[in-house]
Amino acid sequence: MDFILQLVTDPVAFYQTHTVLIAQVGINSILASSMFLVLYSGQLSLAAPGFMAIGAYTAVLMGLYWNTPLAVNILGGTLLAGAVGLLVGLPVLRLRGVFLAIATIGFIEALTEGVILNLPITGEGLGLKNPSADPLTGINLILISVAAVIFIVWRLTRGRLGRAWAAIRQDELAALSQGIHVARYKMIAFVLSALLAGFAGGLESHLNFYVDPNEYGVTRTVQVLTFAVLGGAGNVLGPVVGALFLTSLPEIVRIPSFDPRDVISGVILIVVIIFRPQGIVGRGGLAIIRPRWWPRPNRASSAAQAG
Amino acid sequence: MGQQVLNAIFIGSIYALFAVGYTLVFGVLDILNLAHSAVFMLGAAVAYSLVVNYNQSFAVACVGGILACVVMGLVIEFVCLRPLRRRRAPPIAALISTIGLALIIVAAVEQGRPGSLFAWLWTDGANSVRFPPDIVPNPTWSVGGLTLEAVKVAIVPVSLLLMLVLGYVIRFTQFGRGLRAVAENPRAASLMGLDVDRMILLTVVLSSALGGIAGILFGLALSDISPYIGRDNVEIRGLAVIVLGGMGSIPGAVAGGYLLGLIEVMALVLFGSNVRTGVAFAALFLMLVLRPQGIFGAQLHERL
Repeated sequence: MDFILQLVTDPVAFYQTHTVLIAQVGINSILASSMFLVLYSGQLSLAAPGFMAIGAYTAVLMGLYWNTPLAVNILGGTLLAGAVGLLVGLPVLRLRGVFLAIATIGFIEALTEGVILNLPITGEGLGLKNPSADPLTGINLILISVAAVIFIVWRLTRGRLGRAWAAIRQDELAALSQGIHVARYKMIAFVLSALLAGFAGGLESHLNFYVDPNEYGVTRTVQVLTFAVLGGAGNVLGPVVGALFLTSLPEIVRIPSFDPRDVISGVILIVVIIFRPQGIVGRGGLAIIRPRWWPRPNRASSAAQAG
Repeated sequence: MGQQVLNAIFIGSIYALFAVGYTLVFGVLDILNLAHSAVFMLGAAVAYSLVVNYNQSFAVACVGGILACVVMGLVIEFVCLRPLRRRRAPPIAALISTIGLALIIVAAVEQGRPGSLFAWLWTDGANSVRFPPDIVPNPTWSVGGLTLEAVKVAIVPVSLLLMLVLGYVIRFTQFGRGLRAVAENPRAASLMGLDVDRMILLTVVLSSALGGIAGILFGLALSDISPYIGRDNVEIRGLAVIVLGGMGSIPGAVAGGYLLGLIEVMALVLFGSNVRTGVAFAALFLMLVLRPQGIFGAQLHERL
């Protein structure tokens, strides 16, 4: 409880003592937004950690070999992740539901186990040292990025793209018959999601002095999926709230000689999917604490949240 | 090379036995039970605990391990699957709830240390352990330059026998006919007087028992039991196997298991040990992209 007490009574000291945690929350929020984009368009793609790995390794390698500035490295990592997303998306997006989930798992495992662990340039199983990492400037960059990413994703879901995605998610066939170019809009969501994950990877690599290939496997995928399921995939704030809660959970709940993280994540996955499939930020979720004067979401978007 | 092919057959048998349980649930329910790899691990872990911590014979330990998996099958059905079926949730929901259960099972075993909350279940934390060497006789033969260990050789007939029995049950018994009817169309099956919930319960329990047996065999033959054997060895390989053989097809899962064993060994021989797992996942990825119905190309509704 000290954790929450300090957050309320002394935010400045809280920020100073928990900088690393806040940075990790930020990274996970961006990753969660990446997951949100694919889920919002009705695709259970679990590929985000793979694109994150591409972003992280590219950014570090560019810094090491070309001595390019940080902004260029992160941009490079982001763009390469997006390009790979485009290549992978072309064949994979023909699959639906469970098959898409399996294919994307195959992609990340083939990428980490087959490529990253075997290339001399990525340091194989030993990982990659990143001497130019700087956790302190990293955190400001991350906080600004999180705000920007959430805002951009939120605007996207409110616009023409977002309406198309929502239509595809609710009924692909109906969307197609309404003249929505389903394949194109799915691809846009997939590539944007890859870009965001690559961006998160680039940022994360700047935070740690070491890029660990084991960070980007299926365990990470399950973690991101938990964020999205807990928060709900109807609104970008859902996965972000999920990331915020689950990343700081080990700080909030401390049990001696027992790490409750996986048990709590597991219970959350089961309980939420059974009793509250729309997530805690879905319809009727935040509504409980929404003040009366706050504008209510319009009908169309609350219907979308239920899907 | 000959030794490698033998190893491919041994490990392929375990993959096949594991994947048969995976694919059985998918065939009947259209649901991917991602807790299956945790059940696989639980079978091995409970059997190990019974032998080492409770001084039981190996036979008792096997029965105990399988019973633990049967109980876990009940948990999967009543906690993860049935409530979602009642709500007519999409199949993705069950994928997520079973991932949740898998996380809990693995975390419980992983945190089992002497004096901890789960010490009754497991006492070796995250370590990898092995059965004591003398619990089953293990003569080793040398035939034509190949080494044959009895425990590894025994896996093949045990797995094949189990898979044949399962095939017989599904094709020729009343229960099997009911199962195929539920797989074809649950609503029509229930209108014909079948207790669909009971069929599904039996399917999940059967699948979990097979997963547990596969886990015990794995622990015995590969001398590796840890909280992560399911996650690291069979979870995603099992997916690869059922995709190779065609989702929901039991003969496909058997063929896919041996095929994956062979692919891995070929990769090992051709490119060295590091690439081995990567090649398996690349095969999975390519198969889904090029031929999602699997090698046998079964129609989606003729698969059991």
